[in-house]
Amino acid sequence: MANGSNYNLDFEKPLKELEKRIEEIRVFAEEKKIDMSEEIARIEDKSRKLKKEIYEKLTPWQKVQIARHPKRPTLLEYSELIFNGFIELHGDRLYRDDPALVGGLAYLDDIPVTILGQQKGKDTKENIYRNFGMPHPEGYRKAIRLMKQAEKFGRPVITFVDVAGAFPGKEAEERGQGEAVAKAIMEMGALTVPIIVVVTGEGGSGGALAIGTGDRVLMLEHAYYSVISPEGCASILWKNATEASKAAEVLRLTANDLLELEVIDEVIPEPLGGAHTDPVSTAATIKESLCHNLWELLHRDSQELLVMRYNKFRKMGRYIEE
Amino acid sequence: MRISDNFKVLNYKEAVFDLDDERGDDWLLKDLFRSKQKYVTIKQREEVDSSAQPEQQGKKELPDGLWKKCEQCNQIIYHKDLEKNLKVCPKCQYHFRIGAWERIKILVDPGSFKELFANITSCDPLNFPEYQEKISKSKKITELKEGVVTGTAKIGGVPLVLGVMDFNFIGGSMGSALGEKLVRLFEYALTHELPVVTVSAAGGARMQEGILSLMQMATTCQAVNRLAEKSILFISILTDPTTGGVFASFASQGDIIIAEPGALIGFAGARVIQQTTRQTLPPGFQRSEFLLEHGIIDLIVNRKELRNTLARLLRFHQRRKLEIS
Repeated sequence: MANGSNYNLDFEKPLKELEKRIEEIRVFAEEKKIDMSEEIARIEDKSRKLKKEIYEKLTPWQKVQIARHPKRPTLLEYSELIFNGFIELHGDRLYRDDPALVGGLAYLDDIPVTILGQQKGKDTKENIYRNFGMPHPEGYRKAIRLMKQAEKFGRPVITFVDVAGAFPGKEAEERGQGEAVAKAIMEMGALTVPIIVVVTGEGGSGGALAIGTGDRVLMLEHAYYSVISPEGCASILWKNATEASKAAEVLRLTANDLLELEVIDEVIPEPLGGAHTDPVSTAATIKESLCHNLWELLHRDSQELLVMRYNKFRKMGRYIEE
Repeated sequence: MRISDNFKVLNYKEAVFDLDDERGDDWLLKDLFRSKQKYVTIKQREEVDSSAQPEQQGKKELPDGLWKKCEQCNQIIYHKDLEKNLKVCPKCQYHFRIGAWERIKILVDPGSFKELFANITSCDPLNFPEYQEKISKSKKITELKEGVVTGTAKIGGVPLVLGVMDFNFIGGSMGSALGEKLVRLFEYALTHELPVVTVSAAGGARMQEGILSLMQMATTCQAVNRLAEKSILFISILTDPTTGGVFASFASQGDIIIAEPGALIGFAGARVIQQTTRQTLPPGFQRSEFLLEHGIIDLIVNRKELRNTLARLLRFHQRRKLEIS
């Protein structure tokens, strides 16, 4: 899998060319000792406008590529940038600790919360250790354990979704991947404390939904959330995985699509160029959104929360009654 | 001293099994397969609630010719023998896939099935390519309006709600309409305090409804969850195949999970696993026997014994109040 430096967003190619030109002019000006700042400013301005143009018109497939960017901030980065005093807790108490799903205790401002989510690696080595952020059943069972622990102490739960999918492997099947995913969904439905879900990167099907049934579901602007990967959909529909960009269109998987379909509650804007270009400001925006949503939820008693949560998901289907 | 000597059993909701001890539990099996009760043979379709039942179902499975080849042992079977044997190969016990109505007929007391929520059907919320054609085609082939048939019934005299999926309806996939029918069934069970039996046969979530299908995993799970409020029994029966989002939601959350022999059951498809991990998968991977060995299901029950097993389990969980004398 590509690491950060050689992962190219092909739609940014014209931008990269402008940046290269600016650099060339800078070097040239330095060498010849001439003032070309006016020219540089002109191109920089052009570059900014172009960037804005590109990012305003991103296609769903381009968003998927941003969501998968290897430098996209992960939960462990957000745990430092959004929260205070994060203490990671390990293990499902049944089999082992799954590094693909991390969780623990933290303060959101001064409110104690439990945070958890899938964790991708930052380089090849870490990705192998973290199984590219794809949890085994023990990962979801750790999530359940931490949520039940939060419930015992009346702490809200905040989950961060960023996963290509629950891991498809022999051992995962042997240990009951399907059961683990379903159980996590079930337990979240009955949890008596507020739950906020933030889809930060990839929302890959059941592996995402397993920690995705919250009182509020928020989604970063360039994240995606889908029942199947665009590649998977394309190979079923057109027997050709390279048609993924077309599949990304028909699946309606962007944050705006999901807001329109009333599957999520809020789209969290990202800095121009995507979350990875400015993790600090992205974190600040997420924090703001978490705070105002949590504030509203903290005013509800647990019975109210359970009824609201049930009805929220209950009404998501579209069907005909003849 | 027997434990029951200390208890006085009060308030049987329904005295269904009026049996003496000698006859025991296997009377149902005996009645089904040794006596001449009519409902053994599939042909007697008119016994099930005829108002909602397509008539051509059985014929479709055997388009022409009187013989069918077993998909597992290649044995040539006379189709009447196969039907009599509930579509189980007499030689190797291979369980052929069967449609929702055939399944209902095998499971429930004759004439006891009353269909509910029959008018709920799929729409095409995302304008997805070829979806409408797929829906119409499935409707035509299966003569169903949706991939699950839901209703009330009795098994061994015990009233219950029943949801049976049909793999021939877009691969039994769970879209909004299918999810809605199941959730309504669970809610009906909760309101009327009836046990729930579901029979799954599904390839997973219905891709053509995108994220809305995925959310059906959430709604069905939550509805199952609520059954605990009134101690409602939920028996989940997994048949060939039960995979993906159906297995990873309500179907794996039964109080008791039963599988038919040799059924393919799992989360990820074998091909995806092989492509992702390059692992060699053992023979029998993701089959019922594999799941039993790994502690994921409770029982494997042969189709012929399914009704009897259900009756025993339902009877075991019938509501009654115990008073210590």
